[in-house]
This record gives sequence, structure tokens and C-alpha cells, in this order.
Amino acid sequence: MAEPSQLSHLTESFVDSSRSPTQQAASLDKIASLVKNDVLTMEGLVREMQMYLTTTDNIVRARGILLLAEVLTCLATKPLDNATLHSLIGFFTDRLADWKALRGALVGCLALMRRKSSAGVVTSTDAKAVAESFLQNLQVQSLGQHDRKLCFELLECLLERYPNTVTPMGDELIYGICEAVDSEKDPQCLMLTFHIVEVLVQLFPDTSGPFASFAGDLFEILSCYFPIHFTHPRGEDLGIKRDDLSRALMLAFSSTPMFEPFAIPLLLEKLSSSLPSAKLDSLKYLSSCTSNYGPERMAKHARAIWLSIKDALYTSLQEPTLSFTSESLDGLVFQENEIAKEALTLLQQVIVQNNGLFLSLIVEDEDINIILNAVPSYESYSDIPLQGKLKLFAAGCILSISTKTSVACCNMIFESFFPRLMEILGLSEKKLSGDHSPKDNYLISKRLNFGALYLSVELLAACRDLIAGSTQIACKSVSTYETSYCMLHSFSNLLTKAFCSTLVTSPHDADIYFGVKGLQILATFPGDVSPVPISKFENILITFMSIITMDFKKTLLWRLALKALMNIGSFIDKNNESEKILSYMRIVVEKIVSLVSLDDVTMPFPLKLEAISGIGRSGLNYMLHIIQGFEEALFANLSEIYVHGNVKSAKVTIWLLECYSNKLLPWIHENGVFEEVLLRFPINIWKQIESCVDFSVPEKELLDAMMTAMKHAVAFCSEESQNEIIQKSYNVLSSSTSFPLKESVALTIPFQLEGLQLTQKMDNLSCRDEWILSLFASVVIAVRPQTHIPNVKVILNLFITTLLKGHVPAAQALGSIVNKFGKSSTGSEISSDCTLEEALDIIFQLKLWTHLDNGALLRCSVNGSEMGHTDLCQAVVNNKLPQILAITGLSWIGKGLLLRGHDKVKDVTMIFLECLLSNGNALPLSQHSLENSCEQDLRASVMKSAADAFRVLMSDSEVCLNRKFHAIIRPLYKQRFFSTMMPILQPLIMKSDSLLSRSMLYRAFAHIISETPLVAVLGEAKKLIPILLDCLSMLNKDAQDKDTLYSLLLVLSGILTDKDGQEAVVDNAHLVINCLTGLIAYPHMMLVRETAIQCLVAMSELPHARIYPMRIQVLQAISKALDDSRRAVRQEAVRCRQAWASIASRSLHF
Amino acid sequence: MTLGLINANPVVHAKKERVARTEDPHGDDAVDPLDIYDILLLLLFFLLSVLSEESITVDEKLGRILITFTPTIQHCSMATVIGLCLRVKLKHCFPPHYKVDIKVSPGSHANEESVNKQLNDKERVAAALENPNLRQLVDECLYSSEL
Repeated sequence: MAEPSQLSHLTESFVDSSRSPTQQAASLDKIASLVKNDVLTMEGLVREMQMYLTTTDNIVRARGILLLAEVLTCLATKPLDNATLHSLIGFFTDRLADWKALRGALVGCLALMRRKSSAGVVTSTDAKAVAESFLQNLQVQSLGQHDRKLCFELLECLLERYPNTVTPMGDELIYGICEAVDSEKDPQCLMLTFHIVEVLVQLFPDTSGPFASFAGDLFEILSCYFPIHFTHPRGEDLGIKRDDLSRALMLAFSSTPMFEPFAIPLLLEKLSSSLPSAKLDSLKYLSSCTSNYGPERMAKHARAIWLSIKDALYTSLQEPTLSFTSESLDGLVFQENEIAKEALTLLQQVIVQNNGLFLSLIVEDEDINIILNAVPSYESYSDIPLQGKLKLFAAGCILSISTKTSVACCNMIFESFFPRLMEILGLSEKKLSGDHSPKDNYLISKRLNFGALYLSVELLAACRDLIAGSTQIACKSVSTYETSYCMLHSFSNLLTKAFCSTLVTSPHDADIYFGVKGLQILATFPGDVSPVPISKFENILITFMSIITMDFKKTLLWRLALKALMNIGSFIDKNNESEKILSYMRIVVEKIVSLVSLDDVTMPFPLKLEAISGIGRSGLNYMLHIIQGFEEALFANLSEIYVHGNVKSAKVTIWLLECYSNKLLPWIHENGVFEEVLLRFPINIWKQIESCVDFSVPEKELLDAMMTAMKHAVAFCSEESQNEIIQKSYNVLSSSTSFPLKESVALTIPFQLEGLQLTQKMDNLSCRDEWILSLFASVVIAVRPQTHIPNVKVILNLFITTLLKGHVPAAQALGSIVNKFGKSSTGSEISSDCTLEEALDIIFQLKLWTHLDNGALLRCSVNGSEMGHTDLCQAVVNNKLPQILAITGLSWIGKGLLLRGHDKVKDVTMIFLECLLSNGNALPLSQHSLENSCEQDLRASVMKSAADAFRVLMSDSEVCLNRKFHAIIRPLYKQRFFSTMMPILQPLIMKSDSLLSRSMLYRAFAHIISETPLVAVLGEAKKLIPILLDCLSMLNKDAQDKDTLYSLLLVLSGILTDKDGQEAVVDNAHLVINCLTGLIAYPHMMLVRETAIQCLVAMSELPHARIYPMRIQVLQAISKALDDSRRAVRQEAVRCRQAWASIASRSLHF
Repeated sequence: MTLGLINANPVVHAKKERVARTEDPHGDDAVDPLDIYDILLLLLFFLLSVLSEESITVDEKLGRILITFTPTIQHCSMATVIGLCLRVKLKHCFPPHYKVDIKVSPGSHANEESVNKQLNDKERVAAALENPNLRQLVDECLYSSEL
């Protein structure tokens, strides 16, 4: 037992209204935990609190009762015996009459009533007493919002948990509830009242019961909320939105059929309102009511509902647009319209409920008949006036929805409308009578009427959807939709012809669209119930194919036909219709494959590729077939090139390769079970190259396309296939090239000497060797980390040698090797014949880079070699200098290391930095001044390439070392590199006394900072700003640096538009403004000018005192920009001027 | 005398939907009437349809801009203020070498000649802008729609 004094202390602190809410809550918690842990019994608590519960002081009593109630709320799961429960609920029931201390009584009742049966519940007798006391004592609407909410919760609880107890109370209960909910306005309470009504009516389902007499009154209370108009400014505070309220009210509305006489007229009336939300709600409510009220009650409203639906459709539709842009081929597009959508949903619902009645309404409807009668008077789409189009479209929607609803509806609609439409199209039955043979020859001479064409295609589509949607019905009871089926069957032949002729003759887009659609629908009826025999199906395919091969100049028709073919293909593939698939294969797939291999120049090749990849993507079988033909064509072309050097084939081959890597490969991979298909392509390429001993292909572009295709194909392969590919390629490389593939060779080659022969080394490489090397590099770039690369050491040596000859893919492959070395994707080490450390030792031991760096070589090359001065300068211009090649190579290796977060990347960057710092004075002065200047040039270009190496390190590459090619990428590597480099670069820049090396350091800085995520830069912004500004003014000088300048300026603009960034800028505001005003007139790039001005606008938001002194400077600079040659800049300038002028005064004088 | 508005209930026109201009990514853009129209569109009284695209002409070679506007009513006392606003606004948005001529369209104002004279007289414009009351009026007119 707890100390009585402690308990009274706790009680006192809760009851005392001067204490803070937290104190009160804490004492409540303590008391509750005492009871929960059986330190205190419930009885003991009540006895202890006796004084508080019975005192005549209203405030203290209210708090006391509330405390007891809150404790009970906390004890919802603690078992209590029946006697305790009985006495407690008795107490609270009694207290409901005590309006001065009501809150506690309500909370207490709720807490007790809501208990789970396992912990002991209130008996039904007690519940009845609660209900009676509630109805007798409470004037709900006179209470405050929170109390009302509690009241409603209590009511809800009573109705839901004690239905059998409260039902006998009948009239009294219903009347009480009506009174309680009347004119409620709070959204939270409304949610509860709507639910209460919904629960209440379920208790009195009897139409002659006590509820019947109250239905009208209760509905009157509800009806004033419809349609919900909820403008609470911050709906999220309450967690209630307009939609929630609307849905709750809808459930209340549709809860009982007894509301029908009141609800339906109200909804129909509101449907005619001009407020869109009211219309929308009415339609939704009508749908809900229809399903709940039942067909008998709804029947008498049928006509009114039909008229309203029709009206809503007509008025809500807007002008259609014919949309045949390159991406979408949607045909007639009406703006997405919620009202029309809801109206159609409602229509479908009422038709489902009362088939006969509504169909007869539709069939006999005057408007629809008028529309049909008007159809023949307009021949083509463009002749129809806007209103006519809307009506036609509305009729199409109505007919389509009603056809789709059921088989019986389909029959009826077809019977009533189809013959008429056929007659308008000129395909009437009379012409059909007679024997079958002339029918086939019947030619449609006249142009088809657009309206009839549109409506019949809609009907066909709906019928097809109905049959396809319920194939099980279709299989067993074909006879049930006999009528429509027979009609379709008898007209299918003529319709096919008519649609085909439309395609050929009609000049109108809309006609063509529906012609193609009609044919597609006819071809996509499910197999066993198709009205179109297989021969006609083939005819349709042939028609489309002839469009594909002949009519490629009619862009729209061509695209529509291709799309239709794709749809047909995927449909029959999905439904597994073997007979049709065979025809499709024969007519479409084979034909299209032959297109690619044929040397046919009439049809543009890119279109052929579009068609082939489109058809291929519509089904697995087609793709397998197509890819085979595709590869055959590709290899035929390639051998043409290899053997005969046929340049014309090269163009085609590049197209083929692009299509292969961009369209086919990704699809195969996505739908992929075709490991062998993926594997076949690279292996075959290698085989082909192996067998062609002598070839020369001048096309660089072709090699690039080959490499891309090779990379993609290899990247998609599994590890085993990759092993196979790389083994194959290694064999080719080692057996049939002139490369020295011995481990020791590379180490003994005196690299300096190699380097001495400055240029043209790459050109000495035979064409075939270059191809093999490049393709091999591509394979290495794309393999997974787990894949085993044979003879790594040898390959490393080979790549190092070749990269020094200027072969960039070799460098990228090296980077890729060191990136993936010895690490699987899961991070576990993989054993190999060479570890990463060994590999790196091989690379770095050569000391190649440092040797090249110290200038000795340069002297050699100038003085010692046979090479003339002009050659040397030429080499500088072409970036063929061995130093530059070495630096480029090293940058890719460094990138590989950086991505995986290896420490060695520091060594690489140190080499670059040394290059940057090596001072011009270190060079021995040459005797000849001309040579000296050339040396300076050399030095500068080496330094520049070292600075640009940082861009390679930081930027994302498309060609290698990315996720697609399975690179190991450590998270946040850019940030990490940034934060290691900045402390090194900053002092170097400060200390650097040579102009050249400082400018190169700036360059490196610019590359790093412009690739770093802005968040990281923002943290350091304060320190970086001065350097960044110097950097900008340095880059300002050379037009070649405009892209670097722009990306750096974007970093600055990122800083300036950020809150923290602005704080960092404040101290250097004048420097920033000096720099930006300088850039306003940057002549080489419009974007730089525009961004600089935008930065100035951002600057105008800095603290007034800081920027005011610069105001005139900015305004003067801006006034020049007002006269810029580009409009975008002028407009920004006006904005900027406005911003700066208004910081001082409203007047713009200065 | 009551301080009533001269045209208390003017016809307010909706802003016209503008067709997006196709931008040429390279090459220079000459100043055209549309530019000026865009800038002036920001002013509130534009809704009163005192200006239209057709009433603006630009000669970029000579650096001249001619604007003809139509006051809402014949004896509109605001005509000079409107003209002044146009002038000040254009001064802010175009480099100083442009010469701006502002006129009321022929026959649209009772004192057409004097208004035109007043609007294009450098000294008078300068004097008007030195008048604190007028200045405030012009500033309010310019900024009410922009701030």
C-alpha cells in the first residue's frame, strides 16, 4: 500500500489548477502506475479520493472526477472485477447529471465502456443505465467542442458495443440522437455524427420500425451538410480533410434505403448545380446510394438519373484535341475530366443494376438518335462543329460503357445501333445478301463517314473488351451473345476492307487513326471467339506490313501501324494463340528481319531499326527471332567492312550497333532469361575478328560504336559468361596480335627511351591490333568485380605500355582493373593470382610518372633526339607528349582508386600536384630563346593536363567506372576527396609565387569544387569564397575555359541562394560583387552572363549595411547589361536592377 | 467638392494569353515591341487596355521607341501620369541611349496636343519627377503591381 500522504500529495497536485499541465500529467502517471502495479487498489484509490469526488466545490470536484476517469483510461488493460466496475460505472452514470463536473463523467464512462472483454466489461444493464442517463441529462449542443466530441464518442461506443441493449429504447434513442447531432459544426464532431447515423440505421433495418418515422427528420439534419463545403484554412491541424468528411457523409446518406425518397431528389437537384464540386459529389453519392438502395427503389428515379447523367456528360466535356505528337499517339484526347468519369461510372452502375430499364432508355433516347441522325451530314472530322464533336464523343462514351457492362447489354446495343452505323458507312446488309464470292470483291469506293467510323470502332472496342475481359464466359457460352457476335461475324469482312481502304485513301488524321484502331481491334479478339478468320487476320497483318515497308513517308500512318502491330503481337503472345503467332512470325517478324539484312535503300535505315526494335519488344519469341536475324545482318555487314573495307556498310553497322546497345540489349536484360543470347554477341565478335587476319578500317566512329555495344553486352552478362568472354578475348589478344605479352618484358623496357620517341607511336599500331586492344579494354571495363581476369600482371603491363602511346581506353581499363581488384560486391576478398597491392606496385614501381616529371626527359627530347623543334611543338598542340599521355592515364587509374576509397589515390594526386608546382625556373635555361619559349609551352601544357586530371578524377563518366559497368563506388567519395584536397590546395595556392603554377592550381581547384555536392561546399564556404573568386577571374581570361567557368559560377550561385551560404559571403561581399560585375560582360557564353546577374539578384538579399556601399557600382554595371544582345540576359538585368534599386529607396536616382 | 473618381467603374480587361516565343539558342535577339510590352505588362493600368502590342514600335538601329497609348476616357486627367509612368518604367528597363517617344493615340484625348507636348519635353518631365507628390504617385503606380 502506498503511503497515504504520498497519494494525497499526488492527488492534490493533479487537482490544483495552478500547477502546470506537465506536473498534472506526471502525477496522473504516477497514480496510474501505482494502481497498475497493485501497490494501490482501485477501491483504495476511490476511498482516498472520497473528499475530492464529493466536495461541493465545483472546480475541485470536476478535477477529482476527471482524475479518477483518467486513471481508468490508463488502466484499460488491467483486469477489474465486476463489482468494482459496477460501482464505478454507476458513479459516472450518476455524475452525467452533474453538468458542472461533466468532463470527468464522460471520460470515465468512455474509459469503462471501451474496455476489452478480457479485462472485464460493463454489463448491459449498466450500459442501459448510461444510455438513459445520457438521453435524460445531456444537452449536447450546449456543450463545448471537446465535451461534444466526448459525448459523440460515448454514443458511438454505446451503439457499436451494446446494440442489443440500446435497440429496445427505440424512439427515445433516435430522437435523442437527432437532437444531439442537430446543427453540429465542428469537423471532428461531424465525422463522429455521420458515423453515428450510419451505425444507428443499421440497428433499425425494419421499414415499419421506429426508425421509419424519423428518417425524414434525420435526413433533414444530414442534408444541410451536402455538398460538403469545408474551408478550414489548416485542415492538417485536425487531420481531417474535405474528402474524409465527404466520404463519411456519403456513407451516412447511403446507409439505409429509407433515405431514398429524400436523398435522390436532393442529389439530382444538386447535380444540376453549376458548382463542379457539387456535381462531382452528387455523382459519387448517387453511385453509392444506387448500390445500397437496391433496384426497386431506384427504378422510379431511372429516367431522372439518366437525364442527369447525359446532361453532366454533355456539359462537362471540353473541346477535344487531336494529339498525334511524336511521343503520344492517343488519337482523340478529351481533357481528363473527373465529372465525366464519375458520370460514366454511375452509368455503368445503374445499368448493371437495372439492365433492361436503362438500356431501353438509352436505345430510345432522343438525343442519341438525333446525334445518330446528324452523323451522315458531316463527312469528315473537320466538318463537324464543336458542339457536334462533343455530342458525338458523349454518345460514344455512353454506348461504349453500356456495351461493356454485360453480354445482354452488348447484344441490345448492337441490335439497335450497329446496323444503322453500317448503313451509314455504306456496308448495309442488302449488299451482303447474295452469295459470298462477290462480297469479297466488293470495293468501298466512297470515303467512310467519320462519325459512323468513330462510333463503330468504339462499339467494336467495347465488345472486344467485354469478351476479352471474361474469357471463361466466352468459352462456354458463345451462344449468349449470339446476336452481337453474328453481326460482327457477318460484317467483319466488309469492315476490314473498309478500314483498310480508309488507311489508303483518307487524307485526315482522325480517319486514319480510327481506321488503324478498328483493324487492330478486329485482330485482337480472343482466338476461339474471333469474328475474323485466320485468313483475314493475316490480311490485316499484311496491310500493316505493307504500310511499314511502303508508306514510311506518311509519318502518322506509319507510326500508328507500327504501334498496332506491336499491340497485336503482344496480345496474341499473351493469350498464347499459337496459330496466330505462327502467322505473325511468318508475315511480320520474318519480313521485318529481312528488311534489315536486305540491301534495300528505299526505306530509311533508322525507320527499319525503329520497326524492328518495336516488334521485338512486343514478345519474347519475336525478340529471339529478331535478335538472331539482327546479329546475322550485323556480322554480314562487319565482315563486309573487315574484308572489303566497305565504307557504306560502316554507316549501317553503326546504326545497327547503336540500336543493339540502346534498345535491344536493355530489353533482353529486363525480360531476361537469355543468358546465352547475351553471351553469343561478344563471343561472335571475337570469333569474327580472330578469323579476319588482315583488315583495315579507318572508321573511328565504328570502333566507338563497337566498344559501346561490347561494354553493354558484357556488363549485362553473368559472372560465368563474363569469364568465358574474357578468356576468349584474351586468347585472341595473345594469339593474334603483335603485343608482347610477357610478364617481364614491360619491366625491362627502358621507359624513358620509349617515351623519347615522342609521337606517332599509336599510328604505328596496326589497325587490327588497335581494334583488338580497344575491344579487349572494353571487356575489361565492363566486367563484374568477381570476374577473373587471366594473367593480370601481363595485362597491366600491356595497358601501361599502350596508354603511353596515347590509347585512352587502355587507361580506362587500367582504372577499372584497380577499381574492382580483389573485391566482390559483397566486400569479401577474392583470391587471384595477383593482389591489388602487387598490381599497384607494378604500376607505380615503374616510376614512369616521376621520371617524366623532372624535366630531364624534356631536355633530352629537345637536345638529344633527332626530332626537330617543329615536331615537338606539334606534339604539344596535339597533346601527344608522353608526359601528358602519362598524366591522362594516371588520372583514370586515380579515378578507379578514388571510387573504391583506396589510400593510394593520395600518391596519384601528389604526382599531379608536383606537376602543378614544378616551377618554370627549374628548367635549365636553354641556349636558344626559341627553344626556351617552346619549353615554356611544353611545361604549361603538361601542367594544364595535370590540372585537368582532377576533372577526370571527380566527374562522372559515361564510358567507364560507373554503376552500369559494376564499378565499386564508395559512398560520399566526392565529399571525402574534396575535404582531403582543400586543406592541401589552399596553402599551396597562397604560397605559390609563380603566376603559371598558381593559375594551374586554380584550375585544379575549379575542377574539384564544381563537381563536389553543394552541401559539402556550403560547410566550407567561408574559407573557399576568396579562392573561388580568384579562380573565376582567372578563368575569365580564356574563352576555352568557358565551361569550367560556368560550372564554377553555378557553385557560387548555389552558395548565394543558400541561407548559410549567404552568411558565409557577407564578409567578402565587395569581392563577390567585383567579380560578378566583371562577369556581366563575359562575351563567350550567354549562360555565364545570365547566371552572374542572377547571383547579383541573390546578393541583394544580404544585410543592407553590407551591400549598400556597392549599390551604385552594381547599378552602373547592370545598366550596361540592359543593352545585352540576348533577351534572357536583358530580362534578368531588369529584375536585378529592380532589386538593387529598391534596397535604398523607391526612387531610382543615382 | 467631392473627391470622386473620373472614371469610377472602368472596363477591366483580362490579360491576354501570350504565345511563348521560340528562342534561338544562338545568335542575338533584337529588341522588339514584345519586349517592351512584356515589361509594361507588369503595370496595373495595363488591365485597362490603354496599350496593346500594336501600339508599340521599335527602331533598333536608330535606338527609338514610340509608344502610343489610349486613355480610358476623353478627358482623362491621368493621361499625363500614365505617360510619365511609362517613361519612368522604360527608363529603368532600357539603356539610356534609347530615345523614347510617348503619345496619346490620335483623337483619344481632349487635350491631345498639350499632353503630347508635356510628355516629351525633357525639362517638363524632369520637373514633374522632382515634384514630390507626383513622384510618389508615379512610384506607387510602378511598384504597386511589382512589390
